[in-house]
Amino acid sequence: MDVNSYNIENIDIAWCPGCGNYPILDTLKQTLKELGIRPGELVMVSGIGQAAKTPQYMRTNVFNGLHGRALPPAVAIKAVNPKLTVIAQSGDGDMYGEGGNHFIHTIRRNPNITNIVNNNMVYGLTKGQASPSSQKGFKSSLHTVTAEPFNPLAVAISLDASFVARAFAGDKEQTKEILKKAITHKGYALIDIFQPCVTFNKQNTYKWFKDNTYYLDDSYEPTDRVEAFKKSIETEKFPLGVIYINSNKTIFDDNFNQKQVNIKEKLLQLKR
Amino acid sequence: MQKYISLKEAASIVISGEAGQGIDTVENFLTRIFQLAGFYTFSTKEYMSRIRGGCNSTEIRVSSSPVSAFINKIDFLIALTDKAIPHLKERISENTIIFSEKENFPITELSQEAGGKIYSNMISAGLILGLFSVEFNLMEKEIKKVFSEKTDEIINNNIKAAQSGYGLAQKYIKEKNLRIDISPNTDAKENILITGTQAVSMGCIAGGCNFISSYPMSPGTGVLTFLTKNSEELGIISEQAEDEIAAINMSIGAWYAGARAMVTTSGGGFALMTEGVSLAGMIESPIVIHLAQRPGPATGLPTRTEQGDLELALYSGHGEFPRIILAPGTPAESFELSHRAFNLADKYQVPVFILTDQYLLDSVYSTKPFEIDKTEVNKYVIKTSVNYKRYELTENGLSPRGIPGYGEGLVVVDSDEHDEEGRITEDMSVRKKMDKKRLKKLELIKQEVETPELTGDEKYKILVISWGSTKEIVKEAILNLDSDGIAQLHFKQVYPLPEKLNKYLAAAEKTIIIENNATSQFGKLIKIQTGIEVQDKILKYSGLPFSVEEVAEELKRICYGCKQL
Repeated sequence: MDVNSYNIENIDIAWCPGCGNYPILDTLKQTLKELGIRPGELVMVSGIGQAAKTPQYMRTNVFNGLHGRALPPAVAIKAVNPKLTVIAQSGDGDMYGEGGNHFIHTIRRNPNITNIVNNNMVYGLTKGQASPSSQKGFKSSLHTVTAEPFNPLAVAISLDASFVARAFAGDKEQTKEILKKAITHKGYALIDIFQPCVTFNKQNTYKWFKDNTYYLDDSYEPTDRVEAFKKSIETEKFPLGVIYINSNKTIFDDNFNQKQVNIKEKLLQLKR
Repeated sequence: MQKYISLKEAASIVISGEAGQGIDTVENFLTRIFQLAGFYTFSTKEYMSRIRGGCNSTEIRVSSSPVSAFINKIDFLIALTDKAIPHLKERISENTIIFSEKENFPITELSQEAGGKIYSNMISAGLILGLFSVEFNLMEKEIKKVFSEKTDEIINNNIKAAQSGYGLAQKYIKEKNLRIDISPNTDAKENILITGTQAVSMGCIAGGCNFISSYPMSPGTGVLTFLTKNSEELGIISEQAEDEIAAINMSIGAWYAGARAMVTTSGGGFALMTEGVSLAGMIESPIVIHLAQRPGPATGLPTRTEQGDLELALYSGHGEFPRIILAPGTPAESFELSHRAFNLADKYQVPVFILTDQYLLDSVYSTKPFEIDKTEVNKYVIKTSVNYKRYELTENGLSPRGIPGYGEGLVVVDSDEHDEEGRITEDMSVRKKMDKKRLKKLELIKQEVETPELTGDEKYKILVISWGSTKEIVKEAILNLDSDGIAQLHFKQVYPLPEKLNKYLAAAEKTIIIENNATSQFGKLIKIQTGIEVQDKILKYSGLPFSVEEVAEELKRICYGCKQL
């Protein structure tokens, strides 16, 4: 066994053939390898859903918790042991629906973690219901969507998130480069990854994502919040790349001064 | 005629006023000064869920022997608002001496003389100390200490205010020829004054708690406040979560990374946490939950007391898994059990509840200093090896718990059913083994259950069962009955219960249970375990604690005709 490898042999992967989760898993493992992060130094935290199974297919430390609840334990794990690299990964339903409140408040806290959201605009594991990011007019297994889609990037930028990016699972090379920036960024980093669901989303296919996205060019300056917000609400074609960075923020994990103390001695001098 | 007050060497003072009138300040001052003067005190409060106005009251018992329970009787009432007398009408008797603005206590005028309304609480404190003829010097010293960072003017005004109340009381005593005869006891000076909240918090710290994530909710907030105040000094990570769901998931994450974490909440907040309790059951994570009870359902009575969430704690979380529920009845038990909760959680990798209530948490007790030297932080985390399996199947069901980054192994936990390595499985035989392994831990836990405490006549015919915060109330009630043949069996652990519980019950001719709830939740649990139905139930669910007198009356009523009483 190679202790530096993220690969697990003989596993039964629960994803459909052609699922957008496969390229994301491959790209993530490749990114971590290239960054020189060892499996023992990483904790993958996830919620529930097909995307949330990603950590199960990696040889590393895993906290696969409850639906929608990946971020709170991820925040705590990083605060308790800042030496660990912590990545919270789940799908759009988990992070933006069930876990929406945690998404908002984790951005506000700004812990030094990476938040990967595999965004396929549909619920896969529960068979084709709409997700918060489903497009208007999407025919879900329940209703045709009439609600506005949740815009994670605009929400994150409005909260002055430390790092906001979007990638497309079909482009491994570019996704890897964006992931590298997200993981090495100091502070909370959101990377929303467009990803097709080949079984339940016949509208937002590999081709659809390819036709409806474009990469921000090198002249784009991601530190201008207003410009970033404008980019985040573009829908004619969705921009890909690093959309916003604010590196001048207090980092949650730096707030704490963990130390070994003589509890018995201190107990006599506590503030009441 | 001389009015002579010597009620078993104790008196009960009640101060009643609106929220915002500073009753808590008076309580703090008085309990400290009475303590310095060598008196035992116990104080407890009832208050409305509002920031200003309404009508609240605080009872302070002053005694030459230890007192730790709420009594109905009022010897002195300081009425700071007109609403106080109607508010307390059922507790006022012909023997109650009342001080009110209308009659004999011109507090508005006195506070203006002292420098403003803000000094009214110091006048009340002075009045009470004057009634008991406590050396004024003690008061003066305390004022100087408490206001040491304030200006001389403020200090002097406070002293003046206290003097005016004190003088008024002394004059009153002479005029009415009143004599209060409670002798100080030097042993009382060795005690510490402490609230249930402080005792729970200190116990958690003694148990090595170094992470707390919670969402404020009365009456559980005090523990979050206490730990946060001391967090920098002690290296505790403290976080106010966006909701209770985040709070418990953070704390479970913290244990995973190697911390000793807790949450503090009340019923409604805990209801949101229950999925997290189930997560802890599945991934075999330790977690300490301080569940501070108040009356429900829903928002209920936010500032009142009840023992209504035992069943919620017992059955919370979907699926089947073991847990431990502790229910302290005094500050000493709060300290000891809260400390122990962390060691038990770590040892057995299960949720451990500290089940308290508003009455216990808010009351101020005079108690012997805690046995800090007897506390220990027992850690069970192991350094992992390359082939580490988080859920290794072992004889007793306990798998050694590793944490990421400590050792060569990887730590994989999953809320799905999992195999020994923590990988998701749907293999039914693995499922059965894992479920059995988790449940097996209950057998180990049962081997170190807290023994219930039997007090009173060992050859009892009548057995009175209590749990949690009613301990001292029931104890004093039984003491007041002054009868043979009656004993109290008090439980500070309510789940799991000791095997020999049947023996205690079988030895009694009559069994009575006392609970601050409407449906006798603990009685039901006893029946499940022993098959024995407790014969009589004394239940109270108005939102107020039992008083010593009402428990004694109820016991008399139930046992009327019993030759023992």
